[in-house]
Amino acid sequence: MSIIIDENTKVLIQGITGNEGAFHTRQMIEYGTRIVAGVTPGKGGQSLEGIPVYNTVQDAVQDKEIDATAIFVPPAFAADAIIEAAESGIKTIVCLTEGIPTIDMITVYHYIKSKDCWLIGPNTPGIISPGKCKIGVMAGYIHRKGTVGIISRSGTLTYEVVDQLTKMGMGQSTCIGIGGDPIVGLRYVDLLKMFEEDEDTDAIVIIGEIGGTAEEEAVQYYSGHMKKPLVAFIAGVTAPEGRRMGHAGAIISGGRGDAKTKIKVLEEAGVTVVKNPAQIGQAVFHARQVRV
Amino acid sequence: MKIHEYQAKNLLKEYKIPIPKGSVARDVHESLKIWDDMTGIPVVVKAQVHSGGRGKAGGVRVINSREELKDYASSLIGSIIYTEQTGGDGKPVDCILIEEALDIKKELYLGFTIDRSHACISMIASAEGGVEIEKVALASPDRVVVQNIDPLLGLRDFQVIRTLLKTGMHIKIVRKIGAIANALYKLFIEKDCSLAEINPLVITEKDEIVALDAKINFDDNALFRHPDIASLRDYNQENPLEVEATRYNLNYIKLKGNVGCMVNGAGLAMATMDLIKFVGAEPANFLDVGGGATSKMIEEGLKILVSDRDVKVILINIFGGILRCDTLATGVVEAAQHLNIHMPIIIRLEGTNVEEGRRILAGSNLKFTVARDMGEAAEKVAEALRIRG
Repeated sequence: MSIIIDENTKVLIQGITGNEGAFHTRQMIEYGTRIVAGVTPGKGGQSLEGIPVYNTVQDAVQDKEIDATAIFVPPAFAADAIIEAAESGIKTIVCLTEGIPTIDMITVYHYIKSKDCWLIGPNTPGIISPGKCKIGVMAGYIHRKGTVGIISRSGTLTYEVVDQLTKMGMGQSTCIGIGGDPIVGLRYVDLLKMFEEDEDTDAIVIIGEIGGTAEEEAVQYYSGHMKKPLVAFIAGVTAPEGRRMGHAGAIISGGRGDAKTKIKVLEEAGVTVVKNPAQIGQAVFHARQVRV
Repeated sequence: MKIHEYQAKNLLKEYKIPIPKGSVARDVHESLKIWDDMTGIPVVVKAQVHSGGRGKAGGVRVINSREELKDYASSLIGSIIYTEQTGGDGKPVDCILIEEALDIKKELYLGFTIDRSHACISMIASAEGGVEIEKVALASPDRVVVQNIDPLLGLRDFQVIRTLLKTGMHIKIVRKIGAIANALYKLFIEKDCSLAEINPLVITEKDEIVALDAKINFDDNALFRHPDIASLRDYNQENPLEVEATRYNLNYIKLKGNVGCMVNGAGLAMATMDLIKFVGAEPANFLDVGGGATSKMIEEGLKILVSDRDVKVILINIFGGILRCDTLATGVVEAAQHLNIHMPIIIRLEGTNVEEGRRILAGSNLKFTVARDMGEAAEKVAEALRIRG
């Protein structure tokens, strides 16, 4: 098992003929992802790697059975692409686009609540269930099939953690980047629930960072609802207050969302918080030992 | 993106929100000309810098005579202001705002911002505005009233009235202030703000309502659709190395330490800074070269690190995904040759084409220290610092 995606997931690519879209479509096919259709307005009737391209998402879902979509559309059009996917009834929407205006995402967030779908991202490396399906831009080969679930707000820092786990022989059930923007779809809380219910996941890692209160919200759920061990790392202990560290999400202000507060709240709830980012793998190893 | 107070007030004016009469001066001559055109005394002179706490730092003064204005303007324009927020670097005063002084009866607060956890825009109002608003919010949160706004409905009139009444404002002024709230919300949406705040919004002795000070920040991601706003950016208010970095699409922030670091990805960059601190050293900067960095970007990034005089050791930590390790290695080798770097460089590479990357580094005749993993890289940084003392 794994969460959200597996070997049966049939995937659409929105923006399939763009540079990024085409490159990562090929990478995903190589990994084994079942890509069944693509959309680029104006390119309907063409094909890429034998995959049919449609003008609209509606055309694609009429022709093909589609479970998930990956959005590689420029920031100015990405909010529209997410709404189009939701309106066409696609269940899992993964938006890789970085740089979508926040006000656009506010509208998207509230619109999709009324639809039977969930959004991963935007500004995410995507989601991967190793050995089964990859919807995203992460390097597939660093992952290994296994039982650790990973939820992260970061990109390369997630690869770092995955690499530490894989080298220590601990594979992953599913790794999800929830996205680095201020407004994202699925949050830690939603995914913790899914991992807790997933019988093939036996430990969960949260990779957080400064800004917002998503980690604090996750803890509220963790206490009392979860039995599986949870390990967390919060990036940005050394970040100066009020500065933007690349991710729009990484802003600290007014004493809320700084690393020290997050770490304190997590530790009080009984979560293992790793201080040294080079030792996340070891911490997961120990957390699983204790449980067994 | 931040803008100056006078620019924010121009925007308010565009949205029919009353502001004090006044003008901006860039030198003493212009200042005196504004004085001659003003009808009343005294006037208020305010240094235009991207920082709060200007008053305490001597950047705001009430002026009663032409002579006094001449002295103050000549001392202020061209100076550097050090506030609690700017710290030791300060901000240059390139221009001043000269405004009519008002007789103030009451100071209110009105603002809009993004509430991340509710994924919406929030209206915030208080009958106790002024410089102490944050203290009011902490000490008596019930005096600061928040209304979350449903994006699909927008800000409704009844919400505005209810919110303002809850602050304790009298119903007679609620309608007038409500109109300002609606205008500010419209500005927030139309210009893609991340913060739009009038503090204080004052009621004068003549019962006029005027925006005495304003702070407006914009969503960088939305600047592409607001060329008018983008053109308001004042590069003089930013660190020159940070400005240089943005020219090459690099994300750089100057910090206090002496370990220059270059990393791909913001999360990994912050984790690397944390790790440097963990081994007892201090990062000199945050530098994220991003997922798709080219050799040119790597070279420009290294140039910035080297031009920072505080930097004693350089740590490069790259987890190659889209950015391949061989591209990085080529960039580093070329840059080190061009720049003639004498300080120790510690490199940690992992990910796509890592073997090829390490081979390029090893074959370069340059003295790089290559680390196996993040932990070892940090140890080697600490060691290099010890050797250099």
